[in-house]
Amino acid sequence: MKHLMSPLDLSLEELDQLLDLAGDIEKNPTKYAHACEGKKLATLFYEPSTRTRLSHEAAMLNLGGSIMGFSSANSSSAAKGETVSDTVQTVGCYADIIAMRHPKEGAPMVAAKRSPIPIINAGDGGHHHPTQTLTDLLTIRSLKGRLDNLTIGLCGDLKFGRTVHSLIQAMSRYENVNFILISPEELRLPSFIRVDVLEKNNIPYKEVVTLEDAMAELDILYMTRVQKERFFNEEDYIRMKDFYILDNAKMELAKEDMFVLHPLPRVNEIAVEVDDDPRAAYFRQVQYGVYVRMALILTLLDIHVA
Amino acid sequence: MLTVGSIHEGFVLDHIKAGKAMEVYRYLHLDKNEATVAIIKNAQSNKMGRKDIIKVECPIDNFNLDILGFIDKNITINVIKDDVIVEKRSSVTPKIIKNVIKCKNPRCITSIEDQLDHVFFLSDPEKGIYRCTYCEQAFKGLN
Repeated sequence: MKHLMSPLDLSLEELDQLLDLAGDIEKNPTKYAHACEGKKLATLFYEPSTRTRLSHEAAMLNLGGSIMGFSSANSSSAAKGETVSDTVQTVGCYADIIAMRHPKEGAPMVAAKRSPIPIINAGDGGHHHPTQTLTDLLTIRSLKGRLDNLTIGLCGDLKFGRTVHSLIQAMSRYENVNFILISPEELRLPSFIRVDVLEKNNIPYKEVVTLEDAMAELDILYMTRVQKERFFNEEDYIRMKDFYILDNAKMELAKEDMFVLHPLPRVNEIAVEVDDDPRAAYFRQVQYGVYVRMALILTLLDIHVA
Repeated sequence: MLTVGSIHEGFVLDHIKAGKAMEVYRYLHLDKNEATVAIIKNAQSNKMGRKDIIKVECPIDNFNLDILGFIDKNITINVIKDDVIVEKRSSVTPKIIKNVIKCKNPRCITSIEDQLDHVFFLSDPEKGIYRCTYCEQAFKGLN
């Protein structure tokens, strides 16, 4: 039984196969339109996450399958005190694959231990969000044609942003990848990533405070939102939330083949005027998220389309 | 000079850091066992200056002593049968520890599901760092 718990669960070879499959889905969507007929995806979302849930559901519907599930703990038997293990063993009798989001870290791993069907971790607290990382990797590979020999700028909340941590871990496995970490002092990358991942593996990086200091060097700019819920006081949040605003003037400093990614939702960190720049790739990234989840569902269900 | 009687069958935990004997006693759940136990605190030691010692009159197989390497890797275990030491063991840092320490991360699934085992794996043997198998919260070993 295969599950996806962490972005590093897949070897580079498995990852290549998955991204190749996602690429083929993008080119030939009709070929896969009936691949999951008769199969059901259960989305067990113990906390709201419209984008991630809809992306998984769209992926299954695109494959000809059907969907069921709940979108908050209140509308599930968790409200009656049922354990995650019991819920997945029950749902395993109804569905063929589960996508689970849970506010508690490690909940999908607990589920995977007893589940009779594959589990996709669709985000567990501040821990992992592997399908976002797969989305980011597919987007970068599709836009740049490679995952090696890249200079990647990560901007914003590098301290709490799990998508940033996962992307660094995933990209660190490729040759000649450099990182430019763009953040205010208070939101710098924590040492468990900076020391244990970057320095331990001799991966070049530098830390800068302004976007202007990095723009000209970048192949990819990964913007993040400063998340209000991470701050203990409103004052700090207000001071940080508009620290970075990417606008057309800053885009002028970037290479012509640089691309801007963002896990979304955005608040103020990317001005709406940037949306019209062909290098703004964050909505294409959403589409890639559906392709990669389609590829993931097929892989975990061991369905091969000739 | 304090005299503690010899053991017919059991084990002696030697070279416990002075003052740590009660911690070892609790981790081994000796308080919940009916074995005869002698705790010697601040014994003289050529190697350590002062040390603690625990003597347990009970077959060694009744205990999981893997945890000793997590508590204090300098502890040595003398296995006794028929009044003589038949084996001397060193503590080995365990790769997995189960239900010995609890995950303190309030966002961990173990914080709301009581029946789950608290399992930690050794993630950095050099620094003695363990991580919760569910949320990967780090826990520095007691060594």
